[in-house]
Amino acid sequence: MSDFIPQLVQQLFNGLSLGAIYALIAIGYTMVYGIIGMINFAHGEIYMIGAYVGLVTLSAIGVGSGLPIALIIFIMLVIAVLVTAVYGYAVEKVAYAPLRGGPRLVPLISAIGMSIFLQNWVAIGQGARDMAVPALITGAWQFHIGEYAVTAPYSRIMIILVTLVLMIMLHFYIKHSRLGRASRACSQDLRMANLLGIDTNKIISFTFVVGAMLAAVGGVLIALAIGKLNPFIGFLAGIKAFTAAVLGGIGSIPGAMLGGVLLGLAETFAAAYISSQYKDIVAFGLLVLILLFRPTGLLGKPEVEKV
Amino acid sequence: MASNIKNAFIAAIMAGVIIAPVYGLQIVRSGMQTHLEPEWDLVFIGMGIVFVFQAFIRPLIGKLLGKRGSAIRLPVLHDRSRRAAILLLIAIALIFPFFMGRAEVDIATLVLIYVMLGLGLNIVVGFAGLLDLGFVGFYAVGAYTYALLYHWAGWGFWEALPLAGAMSGLFGYLLGFPVLRLRGDYLAIVTLGFGEIIRLLLINLYGFTGGPDGISGIPKPTVFGMPMTRRAPEGQTTFHEFMGWQFDNMDVIIYLYLMALALALITLFVSNRVIRMPIGRAWEALREDEIACRSLGLNPTNIKLSAFTMGATFAGFGGAFFAARQGLVNPESFTFLESALILAIVVLGGMGSQVGVILAAIVLTVLPEVAREFAEYRMMIFGLVMVLMMMWRPQGLLPMTRPHVELNR
Repeated sequence: MSDFIPQLVQQLFNGLSLGAIYALIAIGYTMVYGIIGMINFAHGEIYMIGAYVGLVTLSAIGVGSGLPIALIIFIMLVIAVLVTAVYGYAVEKVAYAPLRGGPRLVPLISAIGMSIFLQNWVAIGQGARDMAVPALITGAWQFHIGEYAVTAPYSRIMIILVTLVLMIMLHFYIKHSRLGRASRACSQDLRMANLLGIDTNKIISFTFVVGAMLAAVGGVLIALAIGKLNPFIGFLAGIKAFTAAVLGGIGSIPGAMLGGVLLGLAETFAAAYISSQYKDIVAFGLLVLILLFRPTGLLGKPEVEKV
Repeated sequence: MASNIKNAFIAAIMAGVIIAPVYGLQIVRSGMQTHLEPEWDLVFIGMGIVFVFQAFIRPLIGKLLGKRGSAIRLPVLHDRSRRAAILLLIAIALIFPFFMGRAEVDIATLVLIYVMLGLGLNIVVGFAGLLDLGFVGFYAVGAYTYALLYHWAGWGFWEALPLAGAMSGLFGYLLGFPVLRLRGDYLAIVTLGFGEIIRLLLINLYGFTGGPDGISGIPKPTVFGMPMTRRAPEGQTTFHEFMGWQFDNMDVIIYLYLMALALALITLFVSNRVIRMPIGRAWEALREDEIACRSLGLNPTNIKLSAFTMGATFAGFGGAFFAARQGLVNPESFTFLESALILAIVVLGGMGSQVGVILAAIVLTVLPEVAREFAEYRMMIFGLVMVLMMMWRPQGLLPMTRPHVELNR
């Protein structure tokens, strides 16, 4: 039992860094759902595309270019964010905007189609096999608890820090900026917001763009930490992030952050203490259980059925 | 016109940003390093197409549609013509294998499996309006029921078939019971979760299901207890010996085809009848307005559950047949993509329309086989078609006409 505490700390750290990624993706789901009430199935693919754009940028700069590593990562993030913002905008305009106002199943099926399209779009362009991402950040921070060493790789510490900063920025942006206020108004009542002179189409595009940008950051960071990627990573990550969004209460931004972290922890602990093969089952099982017993999630508001 | 050009210009730039990192700059590995191989012509071609489309073609389409009112109308099938179409299809299907080569009959068998799955899912999605994204899970349950019964207990196909259907139905019932209180999108995600859980369990229960390798050597169905193989096991006569024929592999393929046809026809018949029964009417009523149904005293959970169970049962039959035809099952065959394909068949055909589903199953199975050179682009086009269908014809190719009375004024 003497190594129980250090192991716990190690798993806590692993879970936190994984959960941070889920939280970044989950925000895109939750914001879109909060405003137009649809599940953006293609969101996981945006995350994957963000990772690819990061790798393309890194290859363009070159690993041994002599630039400081922090600057390289910053450029990767900026370019990935800009490109995926365009992707998010275009996906919304092409696949969802023309369908607004129809039956609920129609945009969902269109989103599934978009997801399949984007996966194969990248698979044809950049190849379907695994691609290695050069390790930019090597080394880890080690500390001892008793005799046992806890390892915290710098790349994973960076995930947690960057996510934290972005979350705080997003929180203040949504709370105080003009667009943020408008988007909160839209999530309360889309039609009323429209009547009061808010350009709702613009706000919907805005939520897609913000969601895509955050997902892209997640994609770049995880690609650097894990060191490989392929065009099909988006599906599983997307479903899990959606689970996180539901866990926290879909439509609620703090809920998505909380849900992401909780899911990351649950998955890591399941992998560590049950069996690593069952971690995906734990994630899906959690999704099913939450939807059954608390469909509003931890921080969500109950949805009133209107006749 | 000026704003048109300006918008088109912006769209073209965005297209460039979208295409460039995926097609314009290909990542090439060389040893430990990766470098880029630029291919700008693809990007410029894409930008040009988007520009021309946005600036000239789209306003033109808008004008044309505006003039002609509600654009192109595909035929809406009426009851009598639908029955005639189905009879004609059955007649063609019956004589088909005797005039065709081996490959064609093989593909046709595959089509029939998808017809069956499509009709099964049509009950859930088309009639009852419940979006089920984990349908392939029940298909897997059916396939593995037969495979496991054969592997562990030595059961034959005909003994296992009813049990495979019943097992899938039971799964549908048990999984449906808790989740059917959920609303549309949540239901879709939970069913997706179930489908994935079933697949992951099949992979991970290594000792029981054979893990990722699955189970192989599953025998083909027998004909009245006589195996259709070249040589029979001890003490049995094979079918070709009984008939006094030479053994021909083609016979086996035709036999499998006819069996698939029979299963598909049973599915068609049952779903066609059930939709006219009170329970079928209740499904449709529930799809149209759940609150109205509840206030009229229908129990939504029971009604949804019956649709879910029935759809799952047909998937189970399809799965058992699939296992028998392939001779092996592994979790690879039951991914989410398969669910999406079956869903696409239902949606493309027109939700609730049986002829439409059959047509869509044929189109979506035969086209990829014909267009083998484009195999690489198959899934990409498949996704694109799903999006475009939702835009231009969300009701599907051959939408169903519901029985209704029209008042002539």
